[in-house]
This record gives sequence, structure tokens and C-alpha cells, in this order.
Amino acid sequence: MVKAQKLKSAIEDLCLSLHLKSTMAAVLRGSLVTLAKGLNGAWLQRLCTRSLSLTSSQNVLEVPPARADSTFKVTMVPGDGVGPELMTAVKEVFKAADVPVEFEEFHLSEVQNMASEEKLDEVLASMKNNRVAIKGKIHTPMEYKGELASYEMRLRRKLDLFANVVHVNSLPGYSTRHNNLDLVIIREQTEGEYSSLEHESVSGVVECLKIITRVKSRRIAKFAFDYATKKGRSKVTAVHKANIMKLGDGLFLQCCAEIAELYPKIKYENIIIDNCCMQLVQNPYQFDVLVMPNLYGNIIDNLAAGLVGGAGVVPGESFSAEYAVFETGARHPFAQAVGRNIANPTAMLLSASNMLRHLNLEYHANMVSEAVKKVIKQGKVRTSDLGGYASSEEFTRAVIANLAF
Amino acid sequence: MAGNVWRSTVPRVMGAIKTQTPQPRTFSRGIQTVTLIPGDGIGPEISTAVMKIFEAAKAPIQWEERNVTAIKGPGGKWMIPPEAKESMDKNKIGLKGPLKTPIAAGHPSMNLLLRKTFDLYANVRPCVSIEGYKTPYTDVDLVTIRENTEGEYSGIEHLIVDGVVQSIKLITEDASRRIAEYAFEYAKNNQRNSVTAVHKANIMRMSDGLFLRKCREVAENFKDVKFTEMYLDTVCLNMVQDPSQFDVLVMPNLYGDILSDLCAGLIGGLGVTPSGNIGANGVAIFESVHGTAPDIAGKDLANPTALLLSAVMMLRHMGLHSYAKKIETACFDTIRDKKVLTKDLGGNSKCSEFTADICKRVQDME
Repeated sequence: MVKAQKLKSAIEDLCLSLHLKSTMAAVLRGSLVTLAKGLNGAWLQRLCTRSLSLTSSQNVLEVPPARADSTFKVTMVPGDGVGPELMTAVKEVFKAADVPVEFEEFHLSEVQNMASEEKLDEVLASMKNNRVAIKGKIHTPMEYKGELASYEMRLRRKLDLFANVVHVNSLPGYSTRHNNLDLVIIREQTEGEYSSLEHESVSGVVECLKIITRVKSRRIAKFAFDYATKKGRSKVTAVHKANIMKLGDGLFLQCCAEIAELYPKIKYENIIIDNCCMQLVQNPYQFDVLVMPNLYGNIIDNLAAGLVGGAGVVPGESFSAEYAVFETGARHPFAQAVGRNIANPTAMLLSASNMLRHLNLEYHANMVSEAVKKVIKQGKVRTSDLGGYASSEEFTRAVIANLAF
Repeated sequence: MAGNVWRSTVPRVMGAIKTQTPQPRTFSRGIQTVTLIPGDGIGPEISTAVMKIFEAAKAPIQWEERNVTAIKGPGGKWMIPPEAKESMDKNKIGLKGPLKTPIAAGHPSMNLLLRKTFDLYANVRPCVSIEGYKTPYTDVDLVTIRENTEGEYSGIEHLIVDGVVQSIKLITEDASRRIAEYAFEYAKNNQRNSVTAVHKANIMRMSDGLFLRKCREVAENFKDVKFTEMYLDTVCLNMVQDPSQFDVLVMPNLYGDILSDLCAGLIGGLGVTPSGNIGANGVAIFESVHGTAPDIAGKDLANPTALLLSAVMMLRHMGLHSYAKKIETACFDTIRDKKVLTKDLGGNSKCSEFTADICKRVQDME
């Protein structure tokens, strides 16, 4: 496109300088353009872009404009359940949109004895190399052999993915009981109740430790306030249960309050978790950014996802100081839907779009997210969780058809 | 010699006849005494309202009012006043209004004291959508049963080093079994079809795993009640999308706290939600879970619905189903009519007017 235009303008200049009559010039222009389009060689482009002066015979190469010059490498871990199907959707959309991203796939699973340390190390090495990943949910079975921590937890700890951000936005065109929601939920992901430190001290009595540290609480609070500042949000609410767990959640709350003093422009509040749940179902508009420890984050992520349409529509991401992992907001493997082609790819596609934005590929990111939102707004092609009858493949094809170049 | 044997068997036989096995509560004959704890703030007004309504319905209940402000017993331990304790031990059934927990009073919260004194191990909260009080969720009909003595609220916390705090969550076999048994019995006695155990055994594999195992074992003895298990996050996700799929939910302490408040939010908040605490030795205390609302105390603006519905729950627990149905229907009819609603329900009538309307309906139903 761009080359043809440049060719045209160059020929026009040439014609003008030769003072050709308009009709003849048009004919000349037309034939030259068709010739150029047919040949489409790099030398012809250079012919157009170089200046028509004597010194230009020195063959100075100019870089072709407006195309990413290399592809980004991204680690992909499809996970269990419907993960592989959703990843297929992402790959198809990326191919159709000509997105310069190359995926390095790893199939990591804890189910059926496929767990192995080498696989985990491979994934970690790839992640450390690429720094960006897109991932499905790795199912954590209830039975355990040896280690109490699941694969996902170990992955998070090794990469230190301490912050999980879930964007809860109502989809235009799909109405639920609460419309026009716009929340961000930030959850500390490495400590808290998920420390997997459990022991049976006496037979019949099991103790599970919940660890809260000042360092990590400060870190997540700072992340929350920085995120709020960057995205122009006005309020951060800390969610806790410090009236019962006075030392643990009390420490978390204290850290949040300390960090809040460094950001005078952002309003800071706190709310108890059970009251927060009640307020979310009665009046969710009073919240803006929520920050909380691990378990409460799990509960509120899922609750808020349910408010806007379920696990199939909410994207989420996990950050560490060096890595970014993109996934769905409510993380469920959805094993009942495997092979039935009914899963909703919206969440994964929106998350993939966020990943492109993170990689500074704004153009492609907007293209993908606009296409997804357009399909949902039109309402003709919807998967069963949004009340429609389309399959995942049909939805993906509709998104591809709506990609606006 | 034979005489000695005879003399030792007779008291034993007499003893066996006297100590009968505890029967299910059927107090349908005679007047039953119930300990009433009015509480603070709006507590006295709503308790009076409930007493008036019960009088209008001619329910066979006699109230014994008691106060529960913490006093320091011998040995420096905080406890509830002995008159309150012996009244509860005698009557076994109690109705409690909202209690104030003063900050920095030196003593733990009153609710905690009551829980420890009577070993109230199960907190039962039935959540039913109220016709006439519109919320976005219209088809809620579930019961949350929460283990109330251990779990994350054991209160065992330590400062390991400066900046690192550890909280211990305790799960025991006995408590898990007890709550599971109560849940299944409740389901059987109240004609509920299924019991769902809510847990996070994929993350807290040992502790919630133990809770889940006990639930599964108890489910074996109750074959006619369907038993399912669901992760906590899946329950939250589905609860806000379609609450009609849940029936009876049983869970440990923290999850129960959060889910029961979530369900209360679905039907309209704490001002219309009943709640009951079941303890060992047949003790049961029914309460309203909202706060004391000191700003409207004494102004006749309070809404007695929560305490009234808790009292209805109490009647059902005691087996007085006809009275329970009468009072509950009267209450729902008044709310549906929307003529005399208190401020929090969207009207601007007084508490006494609301109560009088319900009393009139109850009397008309005779």
C-alpha cells in the first residue's frame, strides 16, 4: 500500500518536471504503477524513495517503514481443561491479524503423573528468556505426593509473580444485573493463606499457616497505588479481616496505610472482607481499585467476574519485577467443557490483547480487542455462557471476520 | 447378699427410666420459657416489637429477659453474668438482639464470650428472597451452615520476627464431623434436597482435605440427601450469576463468614436476615446479625424484621411450625404491601406502626 503511494507521488513529480500533458501523464502513471505492483521488488521501492540527485547513486539503503522488524517471542503454556482450545483461538486470531508474535509452547500438567521437575525448569528457562508469557490454568488436584505446593504456586514463587491484576469491565452489549462496572482487583499472589505450610501435629488436628510479611505487603500496596496513579484511578480500597486476625491482617492494613501517605492524590479506604462481598452484590459502583491478600483476592476475583458475566469474559495478568504473565481473571480449568467446543474465548483474547499492549504493539492490541467487543456487542454470535448457541470455533471465526485492518 | 444386689439394681433401673434419651424438641404442649437478651442500641425496641407480635399470635412462649454485659469473674477471667448463664442452661433456647462491642474495653467481644460459654458450634443462616423487597436477585433460597469454633478464626497468631506474622488455621476431625452431621440433620429435618461442602482443598490440601473427608464420611450415613462438593471460588462465581442452584452449604469458619454475608447481601442486607447459633447440649441462640445502630436508637425508626425472622426460625427449631408460618406470612405480607415500611426498606413509617400492622394481620389470620 505504502510503496504504491510513494511510487505514485514519485511518478507525479517526474511528470511535472517533464511537463507532460495530463492525459499522457495519467497513462504513464497508470502503467508504471501496475508495473510496480506486479514487480514489488525492494529495488523499485528504493527507486521511489531515493532522491533524484546525483549523489544518490551511492546506493544508500533506507529502512522500509511501518512494520515491526522482528517478531516477539512469547512463552505459551496452554494448561489443562479448555486451556488448549482457548490457546488455539488466540493463535488463529493472531495469525489472521498478522501479529508479529511467535509462541513457544510448553505442555505442563500435574494431572496423571505428567508432573516432572525438568518440565517445570524448561518452562522457567523459557520464561526468563522471553519475559512475557500467556498461560492457561494448570489444574491443581486435591491429592498430593510429597510437595504440598501445586505447579502453579511453584511457578509463581520461582518467578516471584507477586501481583495479580484482574480487570472487571462490563462488556458493552451484554447486560447483567450490574452494568457499566469498571473495577480493578489487585491481589498479592505469593504469600498469605497459600503458603502451603501445613502439618498434622496431633492425629486429627491439622494446622495450616497463613504468613503475612511487611516486605510483601508494602510491595503489593505500592504496586496498587502505582497502578492507580498510572491508570488515572481515584480510589484504592484495602480489603482485610483485621478485626479477627489482628496481627496478620493488621500488619497488611498498616502497610497499606503507610504507603497511602505517599500518594496524597489517591483516596485510600479499607473495608472488611465480608462487608465487601455484601457491598459488591448490592452496590459495586462504590469501588475503584481493590487491593488484598491472597485468599480474599481469590474470592473477590471470582465474585466480580460473576458480576459481569462469568469466568469466560474477564482477563487478568500477573506481574513480577521482571516478568509478565497473561491469563484469564477467574482461573478455572473448566474440565467439563473439554472437547465440547463450548468454552468462551473472550477472556483469553482480551488478555492476549493486553499482552500486545504490554509489548507496545498498540495497533494490533486495539485491533484484536475491538474485534472481540464488536462481536459481543452485535450479539449474533455468542457462546453458551453468555446465553447464545455458538461454539468456540464460530466465535473465533466471527472475531477474525471482524478484524479491522 | 441378694438384698445388696437388689438395692444396687433398683436405683440403676430407676436412673435408667429417669434419664431418657433426649427427644427432638416438641414443646407443643405447655408454655416454653425463652431467654430474651434485648441487647444495646435498637435492641430493646425491636425486642419489644417481637414480644408484641408473639402476644398477638398467642404463641406459647414466655420471655425471661436477661442482660449480658461482661463481668470479671473470680480468677480474672471475663465471663457473662451468672444469672444469664443459668437462665440459658435452664431454658436452652435464647433470642438475642444486637450487642455492642466497645473498643478497648479490655474484654473480648460479647458474641465471642457467648460462643465460648455455650460451645455454639454451628451458625445457620437461611437466606430467602423477600417478595416485596426487590433486589437484583429474586430466586434465592439457600441455607449457609458455618462451623463457628475453629478454622481461621482460632485467634492463634505469632510475630515470628519483626515484619513476619503467622496466623494459624486449625481444622480438627471432631469439629468437622460435628458440623457435617448437623448440616445433614438440618437438611433432613427441613426437607432440603442437597448439601454442598464448600472448601479449598486444592490449595490447602491437608486442612480442607480433612474437612472434606469428614463430610464425605458423614454423607455415607445420610443416603437420601444429595452430597456435592465445590471449590469456594466456583461457588462465589456461580452464586452471583445464578443463586438458585444452591441449597444447603456447609463450610469452615472463614468461608462461612464471607459466604453468609454474601448471601445476606443477595436478599437485601443484614437488616432482613435471620440467623441461629446451635450449640452442644441442645442450646440454641437465635439472633439478628445487624449492628446496634446507635444513631436511630430510641427514635422508633428501627426495622424489627431480622429479629422477627430469627424468632420465627426459633419457633421452627422448637417444632411450633403453625405459629412460625403464621407470623412469617404476616411479616412478608406487610412488606409486600409496602404501606407501612420502615426507612431502611424504603418507606417512612415508624417501627411501632410496622409492628402494629403485623399484629393486626396475625390476629386476622385466626
